[in-house]
Formats: sequence, C-alpha cells, structure tokens
Amino acid sequence: MSKRHLLALFSNFDEAEAVVQELRAVNLKGFDADKDMIVKSPIEHPEVEEFVGDKPVYVQWFTLVGALTGGLLAFTLISASQGNFFAQLKGGKPIVPFPPNFVLTYEMFILGGVYISVLGFLICAGLPARRSPLYSAKVSEDQIGILVQADESASSSLKSIFTKHQALEIQEEAGK
Amino acid sequence: MNDIREDIAWAKINKDVLKSLENPRKLFWVILLIAIAAVGVAVGCEVYQYTVGLGVANFSNPHVWGLYIATFIFWIGMSHSGTLLSAILHLMHADWRKPIYRFAEAMTTFSLMTAGLFVAVHLGRVWQIYYALPYPNGRQVWPNFQSPLLWDAMAIFTYLSSSILFLYVGMIPDLAICRDNMNPGWRRKLYTVLALGWEGTDRQWRNFRVTYLTIACFLIPLAVSVHSIVASDFAMSQQPGWHITSFPPYFVAGALYSGCAAIITLFIILRYVFKFEEYMTLPILKKIVRLTFAIAMVWTYLNLIEYAAVWYGHDQASKDVLIQKMVGPYAPFWWTMNICGSVVPFIMFFKRFQTHIPVLFAVSLLLNLGMWLERWMIVAPTFSHGYYPWTWDHDQWPSLVQWGIVFGSFGWFTLLFMVFCKVFPSVSMYEVKEMVYHRSQATKKLEATGKLAASGKGAH
Repeated sequence: MSKRHLLALFSNFDEAEAVVQELRAVNLKGFDADKDMIVKSPIEHPEVEEFVGDKPVYVQWFTLVGALTGGLLAFTLISASQGNFFAQLKGGKPIVPFPPNFVLTYEMFILGGVYISVLGFLICAGLPARRSPLYSAKVSEDQIGILVQADESASSSLKSIFTKHQALEIQEEAGK
Repeated sequence: MNDIREDIAWAKINKDVLKSLENPRKLFWVILLIAIAAVGVAVGCEVYQYTVGLGVANFSNPHVWGLYIATFIFWIGMSHSGTLLSAILHLMHADWRKPIYRFAEAMTTFSLMTAGLFVAVHLGRVWQIYYALPYPNGRQVWPNFQSPLLWDAMAIFTYLSSSILFLYVGMIPDLAICRDNMNPGWRRKLYTVLALGWEGTDRQWRNFRVTYLTIACFLIPLAVSVHSIVASDFAMSQQPGWHITSFPPYFVAGALYSGCAAIITLFIILRYVFKFEEYMTLPILKKIVRLTFAIAMVWTYLNLIEYAAVWYGHDQASKDVLIQKMVGPYAPFWWTMNICGSVVPFIMFFKRFQTHIPVLFAVSLLLNLGMWLERWMIVAPTFSHGYYPWTWDHDQWPSLVQWGIVFGSFGWFTLLFMVFCKVFPSVSMYEVKEMVYHRSQATKKLEATGKLAASGKGAH
C-alpha cells in the first residue's frame, strides 16, 4: 500500500508535545510512531528531546576514534621519519625525543578529533540530505512541524489528531 | 539601557538579520572602499618588494623580521578571542554570547588568514615558501620536528581549520533559514548548498548539540596551545629578551586582550552598519568591556612579571635589552605600548564609560595599538641589541614598503570580514531565539513562583 506524508505545523511546544504523546499511544495500521514520525523545530529545544524520547547519539565515538587516530598517526609518522633519518647527527640525544614530538602529537590529536567529529555529525545527522517530501519554511522561523508517513488508511485518523490539537496548517502529499 | 526583549517575535529576528544581508547602512560601502584601497597599497608594495628584493623593506642583518613577523604575531593574537571566548562562553552557558559569537568567530578565521600571509611576505621572494614546507626528504632536507617554527605551522593550520569548521557547523541552522527566505538567485543557491538539507529535525539537533559541544571542548586547549607555541618561537631561542619562562602565558593573555579589544571595535561598527542595535545591546557591550578590563589587568601583571624577571635575573644581555627599550631609540614606542596596554584600560573601570560608544571605540583602537606595539617591541629591540656587539649600532626603521604592507593587512582583514558579514548572517538567528525563549521561560517561572509565594501556597 502506498504511503502518504502529512506535515502539521504548531505554534507552541505544548501542543506539539500533546500530539506526539497521542501519536505514540494511537494504534493505527501502517503507522509506527518511532519510525514514521519526525519532529522539526526552529531551535535546539530540550523539551523536544524529552517528549520525543531518549535516542542515542554516537558522535562522541567518532570523536574518540578521530582523536586517537590523529595522535597515533602523528607520533608514528614523526618517529618513523626520525628513526629513518640517519644522516642527521644526534650527538647522543635520543633519536625519537618525546617532549618535542608530544607537541605535534597533541595538535594532530585535536585535528583528528575535530575533523572526525564533524564527519560523525554528518553521518549521524544524515547530512547532506534531500528535502523531506513535505517541508515548510515556517519551521525555520517559529513553528514546530510534525511530519508523519502512514498508510492511506491511517491518514484521516492522523489528520483528525492534528486538527484536534489546533494545528495551524496541515500539508499532505501522497508518497511513492 | 535595554537588553534584548523577551517578547520579540521570532519572525522579526529572522527578518532583521536577513535584512542586514541586503540593506546595510552606507557606511558599509565606505568601509569596503577604504579596505580595498588599503589592499591596493599593500599589493603595490608587495609587487615592488617581490620584484626588487627585501632590501626595499630596509631589511639588513641583524634585522631580518621587522614589522612582518611582529604583525604576524599581532594577527595570530587577534584571532584568539573569537573562537576561544565563543567556546568558553558556550561551555559556561553564558547566553549573552549568542548575538555576538558569530562575528567573533569570523574575526578569528580572517585574522588567521591575514597572519598566514605574513609568513610568505617576510620571505621577500614568496616562492621560497616552497622550501619551508615540511615534506620529507626533498633535496635531502628533512623537516626538523623539534623546531617551534614547525610546531607553529602545524598549530596554526589546526586552529584555522578547526575554527572554520566550528564557525561553519554553528552556522548550518542559520544557513537553512537564509535558504528558506531568500529570493531565487546566487545567494539562495549558495545557502542551499551550504545548508546541506538541514530541516531542524530532532535527530539533526541532537547530533548538532553534541558535535558543537565537542568541538568547543577541543578548541579551548587548542587556542591556548597555539599562542604558547608562537611564544615558543621566541622563548626557546637563547636570544636576550626572548628567553623568558613566562612568555607562553604572557602571549596567551596578550592575544586574548587584543582579541577582546577587537571584538569591542567590531561590535560597535557592526551594530551601526547593519542596524543591530536591538541585538548587540549595551548590556552585552558592558559585559565584554568588563571582561576586557579583567584581561587587561592579567596582561599588565604578566608584563610586570616579565620586566621583574629580567631585572632581577643575572643575564646582563637581557637587562641591557630592557634598558634599551626604556631609554633607547625604541623608547617612545615602548612607553606608548605600556600606556595603551596598562593605563588606558582604566577608562573602562568607570561605569559611565562602560557603555559610552564613542569613548569605547577610541579605547578599543588604542588598546590594539598598544598590543601591536607590544609585538613590535618584542621582535625589534632584541635584534638591535643581541649578544654580538656588531648588532648594537644597527637600529632599523621600517621602510614605507613595510608600513604599506602592514597597513594593507588591516584593509585585507576588513575586506574579508565585511564581505563575510554581508553574505552570511553575523548574528546567530536560532541562538538569539533560544536566548529569548529561555529568558521568557525563566521569567514565567519567576512570576509563577512570585504568585505562589503571594498566595501563601509556596513550597514553604
């Protein structure tokens, strides 16, 4: 059965929260709130995360891997260079000196951490992304959007939930 | 003295900031023209120097760095406050940072770009930068990984690229706002590409928050390390006047100081040029001024520590350099530096001047004059009074070519900065919304508590 997309816009977070709670509780065929519902907001809003529920963030793992790889790579490459550079007279000093190498290792640790964090962000946030089937510029202004996809049969029930909670606007588009 | 209104409509925030991209005051074009003219002067001087050689800059042994490296340090220093303060204030949840951090971060990026030019410029024949690049074993020359100069290149590259990413990531939600509201044309195409399809979903915001926080955590130690390493360029040598233990914190404090002073200057200019009076408010200016005053006192303390360490130390050559700074040919500049850096900031101590825009504009320029002189007074006197007696009669006055390039660097920075502010929103729209939202929520809570207390139904 083909899926239908619905976007409802709300002017305040209380209404949006009530809608999310109701969509969670409702039992409609062809609609799973966890998979088929996306909440969009103009600001980073702690309340949205509260009512949408706890979802894991994995960016910090990218950070850890990036920072460790950066630091390790720097130290290995520098030490390998120093170890292979026999022409330079060391005068009894260590071939691989730790204190000066630490500086570059430190810089690469940070560089790797930052670069891979940003990469992790893009992957985890699903960016770059194509526009959703339904989008309203008002979401980037001052309204909260709730985008759902459901079977044709469930769409009228979903619309009535949105209307009950005073949705400012409901957009609808048949999916593929 | 009004702060940002809590009841300001979010749509109005978008409208005001987007208007700044299209309709600035005429002063914007005047500043832009002056900046282009200054860049023209610098390009002319650089072409002349490139064609004829470094002699036209009046360089001769022992004066091999001149104004170029002093100005390089100045621009590196200037870059400090933007990203560093933005990151620190973000971690501390200081909401007053929100309307001003974007331009401060842009200041960091463009200062670093300007600083980078001086590395090439001071070589005279710029193609020689090729020999300075650390690639292994070209012509049997290996990079010296124990040299602070190499650390410096790495640290600046790390800081520049991380600052650009920090600036860009923080700007993505605003780029989406620009994309949604701009008329079709090159701007909309640009914003569409840069916004990466951002739609403000809960998944995007959740990952955005963690990423932004993580980069902020990295940037604080990075910023401190960058200027410590620049200080190591001097402190790790054996030259009199440079081999001083307190140089790294002294450089970091000086960098923060000049950066804060530049933030005041740019705050005042942007506030007027882009009509941001409602967002870049006087209470915010007051907070920056107080912060600058505190950093000025830290810098003054470290400056005095440096003099005391040299004076009470037993290195006669270093003491001679200090005496030469006080009473020698550089004395007018050295005293001006101390007055601008340590006496002028006391104007900011007085409450009535903490929001007095003309006075603060003049003070911020004087502070940066002092900080530029500080860098020159670090570089030049040591060259003219080193360990070898033959250096002692080699005072050097920079030629017009040097002055022209230094002057032009200010034009270059201004040009990049003003173009950025014209193309990208220099006030963070989504964060100003967050700021007014949280403030209004806090006020509602207070009112509710007040009402409860008044009706005797409070917790107690």
